[in-house]
Amino acid sequence: MKLFVSSAPHITGKDSSRSIMLDVIIAMVPAIIASGLIFGLRAVLLTAVTAAACVVFEYLWNKALKKEQTVGDLSAVVTGILLAFNMPSTMPFWMAIVGAAFAILMVKQLFGGIGYNFANPAITARIILATSFAGSMTNFVHPTQTIDAIASATPLAANAAGAFAEGGVPYLTMFLGTHGGVLGETSALALLIGFAYLLIKKVISPAIPVTYIATVAVLAVVFGQDPLFHVLGGGLLLGAIFMATDYVTSPYTLKGKIVFGIGLGLITMLIRVFGTMTEGVSYAILIMNLFVPYINQLTRQKPLGAPKKVKEAK
Amino acid sequence: MAVFKKLVRSACGAHVPHNKNTENLETVKMPVPAVVRIPMSMHIGAPAKMVVKKGDEVKVGTVIGEAGGFISAPVHSSVSGKVVGTEEILLPNGNKTQAVVIETDGEQTVCECVKAPEVTDHASFVAAIKASGLVGLGGAGFPAGVKLAPQNLSEVDTLCINAAECEPYITADFREMMECGEDVIEGAKLVKKYLELSKVIIGIEKNKPAAIAKMKELCKGLEGFTVCELPSVYPQGAEKVLIESATGREVPQGALPSAAGCIVMNVASVGFVARYIKTGMPLVTKRLTVDGDAVAEPKNVEVVIGTSTKEVIEFCGGYKAEAGKIISGGPMMGAAVMNDELPVMKQNNAILVFGKEAAVLPKASACIRCGRCVEACPMGLSPVEIALALNSKDAEEIKAHSIDLCMACGSCSFVCPAKRPVAQTMSEAKDFVRKAAK
Repeated sequence: MKLFVSSAPHITGKDSSRSIMLDVIIAMVPAIIASGLIFGLRAVLLTAVTAAACVVFEYLWNKALKKEQTVGDLSAVVTGILLAFNMPSTMPFWMAIVGAAFAILMVKQLFGGIGYNFANPAITARIILATSFAGSMTNFVHPTQTIDAIASATPLAANAAGAFAEGGVPYLTMFLGTHGGVLGETSALALLIGFAYLLIKKVISPAIPVTYIATVAVLAVVFGQDPLFHVLGGGLLLGAIFMATDYVTSPYTLKGKIVFGIGLGLITMLIRVFGTMTEGVSYAILIMNLFVPYINQLTRQKPLGAPKKVKEAK
Repeated sequence: MAVFKKLVRSACGAHVPHNKNTENLETVKMPVPAVVRIPMSMHIGAPAKMVVKKGDEVKVGTVIGEAGGFISAPVHSSVSGKVVGTEEILLPNGNKTQAVVIETDGEQTVCECVKAPEVTDHASFVAAIKASGLVGLGGAGFPAGVKLAPQNLSEVDTLCINAAECEPYITADFREMMECGEDVIEGAKLVKKYLELSKVIIGIEKNKPAAIAKMKELCKGLEGFTVCELPSVYPQGAEKVLIESATGREVPQGALPSAAGCIVMNVASVGFVARYIKTGMPLVTKRLTVDGDAVAEPKNVEVVIGTSTKEVIEFCGGYKAEAGKIISGGPMMGAAVMNDELPVMKQNNAILVFGKEAAVLPKASACIRCGRCVEACPMGLSPVEIALALNSKDAEEIKAHSIDLCMACGSCSFVCPAKRPVAQTMSEAKDFVRKAAK
């Protein structure tokens, strides 16, 4: 009789890294569909190309460095879809592929692959693209135009230009997403459906999105602006639900997640209100990503029975 | 309030499957085998000193090993027959111990020494329990006589009876309550009386409504007795977790439960106390749950201590499929054993046999820093950060993370989506700190 001997426990839960990533992909499907309906088929094609490019880059990296193949965990697909969500539908494919290379090779694999990247790959690649190809990254089309698109501003940008004073974009338009913007950010409805799915499947905790969005809304009121407009008008929902909740680049504990969410809201609003840019979500996430190790240190749980003042771990 | 508590420590535990397939199966007495092998170390602490030799005649209840130190317990013969020798046995924890091999005569003659002990006060009660060979029957095997005599006895006011039975598959404690609930209450009354306690709290997970109803009924009209319904989330039966759930008190880091005014005993141990004080029959049999997908007829069995695992499995219809893994205890904290020859010991409460497929867990992949281990840890530790500190061989950092509080419950490994052996890493971290201190 040959028995397998291993240390306890001898059973494991149902969730795997792959099932979690698959859930995130499923949660993004409503937004993919919405982008197709709003911006046309090219939006979906762009998403597919970017996701495929991310997978191929990760595959080639592992192959070239003779590392264990990791594309099966689907995290590259998630990164690809998120990156595409941050592009306008007119983005040239080659630029999207360059973005995918940045996200996977530079931000993720160079730092050790899944679990080791200190910043969110999609957000960082988006920022790199926005600084490299500023024109293409903001070449928003108005949804009602298709092939011969005329440039159209996002509600946030329109607001900065003074459109809000003239009535701006109606709430319903912002909620459904039938306005200019990047692929994934416009439809609040689609993003909220995805949020609900992630919560039901317990993939993410509501702490970060809720505190982030609430902070933005409260600060909007403080600055005398329309809170609903700030929540719906830009990339906040996309960032709060799908990008700020990235496991690797967000804190472990509930306390930490709340601190993280408030910090995100604060930076976002400081950029939106006082900065020269109209949008602040991606920079807020990138900056807060860098604070995560410190937040983790300062927001540890109190172990059961530990004295009130624990000697701080490094 | 709940949210506020989560801010301090999420301690979500693990939502393990219950698999209590044997809960409605009444305990069956297994016939006495031809040979038993009784180890001298079936408890935490010093092994018992063997006091019989080859050729000695023994009866049921004859002392064959005397307590080998303060933290130790005597060992009794579980059968009548003849000592045919000794044997070295490899315990599931990796230690070796001597075992007395006894050929049974099938008579099960009871030793003359077995008679109800005279108990009048705390000292004589503790002496009786020490002589009974009782150890923590929930799995830990801590000598009960030592537990019942804490140094700060005057500060202890509560007996927490651990009937959570949070390990999947195991239903032995549930059967104890259903079949011997009166003994449990009687035993609790004795402990309460001689230790001068004011409260008895029986903690039972909500997945055992029949046991909750029965124990509530039995507690009716008894002063200080309450049944505490615990959520069905692993590990409610962990000593410190149980104390917090039942009393709201926290056992200070590094201290024993008595520092929180509590003594925790497994429900089967408490039932045994009542039976022993009544009859004087020491701990010579054990109720076990035998289950797993490779066992033909899962059962709850009562076997004499020293019966080999193989014979217990044969009594349960034998192997249904090729065995891939045999676990002594539950699937979360039990030990995988090398073969099916290990004798049943005092602290065993289950034998699980998994087929080839269930024996091997999925391959581990890279940590995705999801923080689920942090969320699950019932003690509020941060396994992911402890693992990182171990990686960088930083003993101070590991210590600062209160690794000493880790009780190896396995919740972190169970919830890990990357299927990493987190609990094993925590044990390695503990060892690392211990070695670094030397």
